[in-house]
Amino acid sequence: MSERVNVEKKSPAPGTAPGTPGTAHPAGQPAADEKPVADGTRIAAAKAEAVLPALGPMGMLRWAWTQLTSMRTALFLLLMLAVAAVPGSLFPQRPANPSTVTQYIKDHPDYGKLLDTLQLYDVYSSAWFSAIYILLFISLIGCVVPRAIAHYKAMRSQPPRTPARLSRLPEYGTLVIPADAGIPASQAITEAAGALKKRGYRVDVRDRDGARPSLGAERGFLREVGNLVFHTSLIGVLVSVAVGGLFGYSGQRILVEGDTFVNTLVGYDQFTPGTNFQSSQLQPYSVQLDKFQITFDRESQGKFGQPIDFKADVTTKESPDAPARKEVLKVNDPLTLGGTSMYLTGNGYAPIVTIRDGAGNVAMQGPVVAKLQGDNYYSSVVIKVPDAKPEQLAFAGFFLPTAFVTEEGVSFSGDPELINPQLTLNSYFGDLGLDDGAPQNVFELDVEKLTPLNARNLDAGGITLAPGASYTLPDGKGSISFDGVKRYVGVDIHHNPGQLYALIFALLAVAGLVTSLYVNRRRVWVRTGTHEDGRTMVEYGLLARGEDHRLAGEAARIRGVLSEEWDLREADPGPAAGTGSGTDSQSAPSGMADNDRADADEPGANIEQVAQDHPATDFIPSSAGSPESKKDS
Amino acid sequence: MLPINETMGQYSELFMLLAAGTYTVAFIAFAWDLAKSSKVLRAVDLKAAELSGATSRQTTRVPVAASVGATGAVDRAESDVAGPVGRAERPSSSLSGSSKERGAGVGGTADGGMRYDAERRVPARVAVALTVLGAAIHAAGVITRAMGAGRVPWGNMYEFLTTGAFVAVAVFLLVLIRRDLRFLGTFVIGLAVIMLVAAAVAYWTPVGHLVPALQSYWLIIHVSIAVISSALFTLTFALSALQLVQAHRQKTVAAGGVDKLGFMRLVPSALSLENLSYRINAIAFVGWTFTLMFGAIWAEKAWGRFWGWDTKEVWTFVIWVVYAGYLHARATRGWTGTRAAWLSIVGYLCVVFNFTIVNQFFNGLHSYSGL
Ligand code: HEM
Repeated sequence: MSERVNVEKKSPAPGTAPGTPGTAHPAGQPAADEKPVADGTRIAAAKAEAVLPALGPMGMLRWAWTQLTSMRTALFLLLMLAVAAVPGSLFPQRPANPSTVTQYIKDHPDYGKLLDTLQLYDVYSSAWFSAIYILLFISLIGCVVPRAIAHYKAMRSQPPRTPARLSRLPEYGTLVIPADAGIPASQAITEAAGALKKRGYRVDVRDRDGARPSLGAERGFLREVGNLVFHTSLIGVLVSVAVGGLFGYSGQRILVEGDTFVNTLVGYDQFTPGTNFQSSQLQPYSVQLDKFQITFDRESQGKFGQPIDFKADVTTKESPDAPARKEVLKVNDPLTLGGTSMYLTGNGYAPIVTIRDGAGNVAMQGPVVAKLQGDNYYSSVVIKVPDAKPEQLAFAGFFLPTAFVTEEGVSFSGDPELINPQLTLNSYFGDLGLDDGAPQNVFELDVEKLTPLNARNLDAGGITLAPGASYTLPDGKGSISFDGVKRYVGVDIHHNPGQLYALIFALLAVAGLVTSLYVNRRRVWVRTGTHEDGRTMVEYGLLARGEDHRLAGEAARIRGVLSEEWDLREADPGPAAGTGSGTDSQSAPSGMADNDRADADEPGANIEQVAQDHPATDFIPSSAGSPESKKDS
Repeated sequence: MLPINETMGQYSELFMLLAAGTYTVAFIAFAWDLAKSSKVLRAVDLKAAELSGATSRQTTRVPVAASVGATGAVDRAESDVAGPVGRAERPSSSLSGSSKERGAGVGGTADGGMRYDAERRVPARVAVALTVLGAAIHAAGVITRAMGAGRVPWGNMYEFLTTGAFVAVAVFLLVLIRRDLRFLGTFVIGLAVIMLVAAAVAYWTPVGHLVPALQSYWLIIHVSIAVISSALFTLTFALSALQLVQAHRQKTVAAGGVDKLGFMRLVPSALSLENLSYRINAIAFVGWTFTLMFGAIWAEKAWGRFWGWDTKEVWTFVIWVVYAGYLHARATRGWTGTRAAWLSIVGYLCVVFNFTIVNQFFNGLHSYSGL
């Protein structure tokens, strides 16, 4: 952007370029290979391309800043960002699944560690990725601020001076008002001004009562505003995301049917606070899982038995003494409570067991969450019974909702529904090692220090239980009974205060983007004059800033409006009226457009090119002596 | 949830097959058009060259801007290749004045306005008619698929490919109403055939229900916009690829080289291609921005975080940034023209890559049935 700003500051405003001596080049200058550069841009270009100048530290800083905020750097950083984001999709990422990363490093002893030092498992928080986007956003600020100032000034200043030769503009046309219409040049320009104002142009009339009154008009300032809003909003999105990371939190919890979750730190199975999290942020609402239902696909062959609907009926309370409410939690349909959202992220079966120890007391009773392992809810079960006396007990095995056993003795689950539920377990006794306080994974059992009681390879064999059945452990160690099955759900709870702002900024960004891409910034000039024979001659020209493929259409519409204003009947009102035929009208081939963009350095060249196509004489006789036409010669 | 109708699903597959067959014939017609027109144009050129008393050396080459001398117009053909200077010529404005003289008959490239002209190209007409027929059958295929599955027909790879191919062809036909882009026919229709064949061979899936993670109205919004944007990116990819070829050719011919790519005379100048592809890319970029945003909103609803750098999200982001880079390139000195075209091509390659990754991604979603 700085390049553009430079252009605006140092070279004459584009609209005035055609008539300004500063940009005049010898006619017929070969445009393509020599790339003549307008004075102002030459400085800018030199600045951008120059080798390190021998300046003091301030000069160095300024030079670095100019480099950083140049359009070329922005483009380079954008492309860098795209490339830098890719490795995150190639290697497992720690924030998403830390265990996969650990496994990956183990599996690749040769380079796994090396990738870690390069932060390739934490791409999006890595030093290099951060460096790129921080530089990009600094560059962005460096672009937006000067550009906003420049635009603010442009909005407050008058449309640029009327160029001497309107015929050099990319869209050009003329109209002739017959002498008997009684519309003098001054009235014509006033009426043209009115018509353009109605079309949303900001109009400035010059030399109204002179021999060659003219007007300059401009519209489409929103284009630049849109661009600025777009870029600024991107900063907003970034800041919102950062805020979310600072003040947000998330956690997980497994709820068996009948369980209640209370939103306090102890209510979570797993909790990930943001950097600035305070536990007082948690509002103690509660959610009870009443019932969980799954619908399985019984129609299509390929996906028979796939779940197609999950539905959790819950009872919620905003606070401990608020009234209870019945709600439904589904995938894609989270609950919102106390500033958080609760998502249904998993589910499974929880067989209910009762375990008595060697003394005959109930050491454990209740549902055990079975972890999903394979198809059709084939799940693993680990039961740790630290309360069993005299010796602690443990069980490990599988739960199958619909048990089948192959001839080789491999058991599998034939259906996700509870058609033939079965619990197959090995049992152990000994010290579970839970008393030393080290955290253990509830889904894993370390059997190294335990003595097996039941296993398929032991005399006692494994334990196989159907609901309602019970089994007495060998050596009077106790018993286990399988009382029934419940379902459980896994829920994620998230609080992200930045989210709403991210959305608002994103929407703003889109609005800005659409505005900047589809609003066209255009300038129109009209000049009128009186012919010797009394006719009022009108000529107009249009210039676009930025991409504008509808400039010809706008020229046609303006022509239509003016013709109507003066009741002129067109001999040939073709769709592209800019090309209207006959002696009354002529049109310039489009040869020049915006000259403040990438092609900013060649305005002169274009003008000269186009100028060749046109008669050197003015459409409106300059006998009246316009100061502008003098300047031009 | 509407019940599944297997019969409809089978009808749909039949329609898809018929559509693929019709497209194949249309493809041949488009190719024939390119070959024939290039021959005709060459003959016209040779005649024009003879008439203007060109030397025998010149007749073996194609005079690029035969009209220059006669009309006094500036030789833009050269500046088209050179880049920024020529960018001053805007597609619509170019309708007026000199570009007409650079029409297909005389110049080295077709009219930059890409309007239809009076000349009738029979094979091209046949090809377009066949494409319309194919698209109608294809539409029937898509609709019966939707009826068979009782939902929108974009829930798995098979459906993305079949519906995506339909949208690409439909967008192409819609653009054809306004602009003569028939020179893109072989490309677009060829791609549609490839997509339909890949769908049937590699990704065939019977009609079925959606996994719960996909059961959301966001599927309708998010994916439809993604498919439409991708269809537009497909067009710009073709335009940018042709732009590169045309730029190379224009440069070669301007430098006095031999024009080996005669069929490219049917194609407008590199600059016109660049301008059109910019306009379409701008629309597609807005579409992609929405895709990204709606995806994030949906992710928030389904998983509780709006952005998690999941593979799919990464690539959607990469595509977005590449096309943002493309838009920037168009405003950066030294980056317009050929380099911008390369960015547009790279962007599309990312789109394709992202799409093939989708497959994995959706497998990942099945883990929703468990913990
Ligand atoms: C976060 C990174 C950025 C993104 C994603 C981005 C994206 C975009 C997009 C999509 C456009 C085209 C739409 C429009 O005209 O509004 C655009 C235009 C523009 N951007 Fe950026 N931009 C970024 C950073 C920058 C930076 C750092 C600069 C300054 C050096 C910059 C300068 C510009 C300028 C001057 C335009 C207008 C070009 C024109 O008139 O067509 N952008 N940007």
